[in-house]
Amino acid sequence: MSLVLNEEQVFLKDSAKKFASEKTPTTHFREVRDSEIDNCYDDKIWQEMVSLGWTGILVPEEFGGSNFGVAGISSILEELGRTLTPSPLFSTAVVGVSLIKHASDDVKKDILTKVVQDGLRLCFAIEESNHHDPVKISCEAKKDGSNFIISGEKSFVIDGGFADKVIVACRTSGEKGSKEGLSLFVLDSDSKGLTIMPTKMVDSRNAANMKFENVKVSSDTLIGKEDDAYEIIESVLDISRAAISAEMLGSALQAYEITLDYLKEREQFGSKIGSFQALQHRAAIMFSELELCKSCVIESITSFDEGGNDSERLASLSKAKVGEVFHLISNESVQMHGGIGVTDEYDIGLYLKRARVAEQIFGDSNFHKNRYAELTGY
Amino acid sequence: MENLDQFRKETKEWLEENCPPEMRKPMGPGDVVWGGRNCKFPHPDAKLWLERMGEKGWTCPTWPKEYGGGGLSFDENKILQEELMAIRARPALSSFGIWMLGPALLEFASEEQKKKYIPEIVKGEIRWCQGYSEPGSGSDLASLKTKAEDNGDHFVVNGQKVWTSYADDCDMIFTLVRTGPQEPKHDGISFLLIDMDQPGVTTKPIKLISGKSPFCETFFDNAIVPKENLVSELNKGWDVAKRLLQHERNMIAGMGLGGAGSAKKKKDQTISSGMATMAKTYVGEEEGKLANPGLRQKIASFDINSHAFSLTMRRASEESKSSNSGPSPASSMFKYYGSESNKLRYELMLEAMGTKALGWEGEGFGPAELAITREWLRTKANSIEGGTSEVQLNIIAKRVLDLPQ
Ligand SMILES: Cc1cc2nc3c(=O)[nH]c(=O)nc-3n(C[C@H](O)[C@H](O)[C@H](O)COP(=O)(O)OP(=O)(O)OC[C@H]3O[C@@H](n4cnc5c(N)ncnc54)[C@H](O)[C@@H]3O)c2cc1C
Repeated sequence: MSLVLNEEQVFLKDSAKKFASEKTPTTHFREVRDSEIDNCYDDKIWQEMVSLGWTGILVPEEFGGSNFGVAGISSILEELGRTLTPSPLFSTAVVGVSLIKHASDDVKKDILTKVVQDGLRLCFAIEESNHHDPVKISCEAKKDGSNFIISGEKSFVIDGGFADKVIVACRTSGEKGSKEGLSLFVLDSDSKGLTIMPTKMVDSRNAANMKFENVKVSSDTLIGKEDDAYEIIESVLDISRAAISAEMLGSALQAYEITLDYLKEREQFGSKIGSFQALQHRAAIMFSELELCKSCVIESITSFDEGGNDSERLASLSKAKVGEVFHLISNESVQMHGGIGVTDEYDIGLYLKRARVAEQIFGDSNFHKNRYAELTGY
Repeated sequence: MENLDQFRKETKEWLEENCPPEMRKPMGPGDVVWGGRNCKFPHPDAKLWLERMGEKGWTCPTWPKEYGGGGLSFDENKILQEELMAIRARPALSSFGIWMLGPALLEFASEEQKKKYIPEIVKGEIRWCQGYSEPGSGSDLASLKTKAEDNGDHFVVNGQKVWTSYADDCDMIFTLVRTGPQEPKHDGISFLLIDMDQPGVTTKPIKLISGKSPFCETFFDNAIVPKENLVSELNKGWDVAKRLLQHERNMIAGMGLGGAGSAKKKKDQTISSGMATMAKTYVGEEEGKLANPGLRQKIASFDINSHAFSLTMRRASEESKSSNSGPSPASSMFKYYGSESNKLRYELMLEAMGTKALGWEGEGFGPAELAITREWLRTKANSIEGGTSEVQLNIIAKRVLDLPQ
């Protein structure tokens, strides 16, 4: 697997860097946060992302996409992560698109084309408890002629508060906790019987709780085969875990660089605080940890496009490692800023809040260490 | 690409023909070939293997041909290493000359010095040791006191070095000496190559907690060193010393790769975790999971970190290939992480093995178990030798992060 980006990926990364610094510096995040916008991002910015082709990066060319791959979209997310750019890009262009790719040709054509052209927003309703667990699903879908009737509840649906389409993971048979008997459906967010309760998270982004009360969907909306969605779910989750690790890496790098600048600027006891060895050693350790994270991320995001056979484990490795390091850096950055580190005026606290939410997305470090050990056979 | 395929084919054939069968068997601790005037070979085939590899320059594959090296490019060397690995060939030669002195000489030495010393290193004719540390100068190496005085056509050296690894088996010592006592401490140091086969140089072994005595105190008592053995200019030795340390640190960092990392992973082969397999035999398993959940979590963290570390080593080498830069202050990061990681590896093995890893000698323990006890003690030196972990963090803070003094 390659450990350096190719030309195409570097180009995408550079243009995202430019976008983030010109259009969405952290002041943009603050504007959105402090405004009355409910959906927690700026529609205008979203449309600009759409016109840059970012929603089509994982979409095959026949549906208008560019098929630039997981490494391409992840490189963009890394740069957007640096400035905490709020947008439904991850939930739509990574998670949603990867799921829809397994749908019927008609559904693919309909949805993917709209995602690429109009920025149709997708979200994935999978979690049912306060900890990630892709098999602990009890939300049920009962067959009723050529339809299914969905009943149950979902939580922590990322960007679910304002999406156009919901992809929901249901149990069509089997016990809660079993890999067998899972099915995926895609439906409109204004479907009858579906109640969506947007929740504003500590990082000022939206997630949602959802209640399905006898929601009727046609069997045409099934993604993959009935009872047999587990593999699709895991493979899409792995792509998403790798991509969100890239975004987290971007945020962690930025938080670290902000802190490093502060160490070179702030004076106490007549010296720059960066001359104190107690702080220098911690900064040096964080530097080393970030270098390791860069390697994990690039290996895992390129593994999907290069067809490697170890993508599962690499995704867990990446999410576990980056989660832990972002956690460390978010805490240390606040501490090294002293009092201003805990003020809202300073950006560093924003990274702390984002870190904890991002850590939870599709499994925290504990989840992924456990999964890594299982996949390795111990 | 075509050329590389051709190179691979020829390399395969050459190795098939020239690597003796005995040299494809796993190595025991006493099987390392260090070279030198009194070189001890574990087997006659080891001698043959060294001669053949030395002749081709493949003991130092990327060094220039004109000094006896292999003259291979980055990619050719990668192929050579892969092919050596494929037949499980033992290293023909290991030495401080290859890891540290040679690269520094290629950068700083005069043409005559390179012509004389580099081929000897390639062929393993001379065994070198490192005379840096002194009783009063460890981390603060530049405070060293061993002095060299100008005596016409030669220097006279007096003083004491310590922790000189393998000094009692070596032929020559590369040494930092004070030649400018009046200068600021970094500006009065010179880099001298000293022949140890003379009455003015004596050594005395030091015993370690692991029970071994791999290193010595080295005494200089009016040792005579010809002027032409000065590398670089008088009082400019510190630049050579620092560069050499970067090579040393890269080498030590490699130990952090240990057995479990993915460095040795072949294409299409999943990353194997040696640690977990070994822990299972000592701790047992329940439904396929390591029976001790606390230990299991620690091993998973360790595996994740060692994989990430070996990847980062690989990434750095790919990046330096494109920029052609060689080691940098970032080698301190690898030295820090690799040595800490290797220490942790052995602490985890002890945890997994319990009292079985605490035997010293005699009955009741297997040879592999006894070796782990000793090796665990040896790893404690990893974060001290070549500059301590604290010193590496200082270097990262100052040279890489550019934090204020
Ligand atoms: C196995 C082994 C092999 C060796 N082989 C060789 C060899 O072949 N040739 C050779 O010349 N030397 C060799 N050494 C010596 C080695 O380089 C020194 O031991 C090392 O540089 C540390 O010096 P010291 O032992 O005097 O410790 P000290 O410098 O006295 O350090 C004591 C403690 O203080 C800390 N400390 C010191 N200064 C600072 C600072 N500025 N900031 C924060 N903490 C600090 C250190 O990190 C350490 O924890 C070897 C050592 C070992 C263990």
